[in-house]
Amino acid sequence: MNYILIIITAIFVNNIVLSQFLGICPFLGVSKKMDTAAGMSGAVAFVMVLATLITYLLQHFVLNPLGLGFLQTICFILVIAFLVQLVEIVLKKIAPALYRALGVFLPLITTNCTILGVAIMVIQKDYNLLESVVFALATAIGFALALILFAGIREQLELSDLPKAMKGTPIALITAGIMAMAFMGFSGIV
Amino acid sequence: MNKKLAIIVNGILHENPTFVLLLGMCPTLGTTTSAINGLGMGLATAFVLICSNLVISLLKNLIPDKVHIPAYIVIIASFVTVLQLCMQAWLPELNQSLGLFIPLIVVNCIVLGRAETFAAKNSPFDSVLDGLGIGLGFSLALTLLGAVRELLGSGQLFGYSIFPETYGSLIFILAPGAFIALGLLIALANTLKTKAQ
Repeated sequence: MNYILIIITAIFVNNIVLSQFLGICPFLGVSKKMDTAAGMSGAVAFVMVLATLITYLLQHFVLNPLGLGFLQTICFILVIAFLVQLVEIVLKKIAPALYRALGVFLPLITTNCTILGVAIMVIQKDYNLLESVVFALATAIGFALALILFAGIREQLELSDLPKAMKGTPIALITAGIMAMAFMGFSGIV
Repeated sequence: MNKKLAIIVNGILHENPTFVLLLGMCPTLGTTTSAINGLGMGLATAFVLICSNLVISLLKNLIPDKVHIPAYIVIIASFVTVLQLCMQAWLPELNQSLGLFIPLIVVNCIVLGRAETFAAKNSPFDSVLDGLGIGLGFSLALTLLGAVRELLGSGQLFGYSIFPETYGSLIFILAPGAFIALGLLIALANTLKTKAQ
C-alpha cells in the first residue's frame, strides 16, 4: 500500500515538473517534437533510477558513518556526472540502438535538476532503499507524462495564430500553467 | 570605467538571465511565492555566481581543457556548500522556505553558463563584475516575479498588506500561477524590447 501511495503521489499529485518546478529546462527545451520528448524521458528514467540507487548507498554507507553529511552536494553531483559518462560509454558498447536513441540527451542530463533533486529528496524523506528506487522510477514516469503531454500540445501550438510577443516561450509557459491547474485536480486523491 | 559599468548593465538588461537568456527557470518558478523569497534566492545565486566566476577566472590557465567541466562543477558545488552551511547557521527561516533549491544552485545553468562563456575568457575583475551584473539581473527578475505573485495572490507586498487578502486570487501563489505570471512577464519584456528597437 505504501508503495502504491508513493507511486501515485510522485506521478500525479506532486508531479516533479508541474508542482515541484524541477526539470523546467528540458520541459521547455526538448518539448517541441514528440520523439525528442520521448527520447529525453527514457534517458532521464534510466539515469534517475541508477543515480538514486548509487547516491542512496553513498549517503548511508560512506557519508553518514564518516560524519561527512555536509559534503552531500559535492559528492552527489560528482557521482551523477561520472554516472552519466559511464552510462554513455557502456550503452555505446552494449546497446548501440538504445545509444543512438538516447545519445544526444545523455550529456544534458548532468545539469538536469530532477536527478540531483530526487537524489536529495529521498535522503530528506528518509526512504529505505526499495522506497527510494520506486520513488525515483515514479518521478521519472511523472516527468515523462508531463513532457510527452506537453509536446503533443506544443506541436499543435506551432500552427496557431498568436500575437507576436506571446510566441515561443510565453505561450508555452501559460500552457504549462493550465496543465498544472489540471494536475491540481489530482490533489484530492491522497 | 565605462567599460566596467557596461559589463554590469549588460547582465541586468541585455543579457538578463530570466527574461532574455531564459536560463535557470526552476528556481525562478519554484521560489517566487513571495517577493522576499525571490530576493533571497536571487542573492544566494548571485553569491555563488560571483565567487565561482572569480575562482574559475583565476584558475582558468591551470585547469586542463579536457576536465574543465568537472573542475568547474566542483568549484561551484564547493561554494554552494559554503552557502548552505552559512544559511543554515544565520538564515534558518529563509533556508527552510527555499529548501531544495539551495543545493540545486549547483545545477543552475546560469552559473555554469557564465563560467563557460565569460569567466573562462576574461580577467578576474571583469568576471566578478559579470557575476555581479548577472546576479543582480537574476535577483531583480525573481523579486519582480515574486512581487507580482504575492500582490495578485495575497494582496501583500514584501509582507505589507496592500489590499484585503480576500480579494486576492490564490492561484497565483500556487503552482499554475507561477507559469502564467512568468509567461505574461516574458511577453511584456518582449513587447518592450520590440518597442525599444
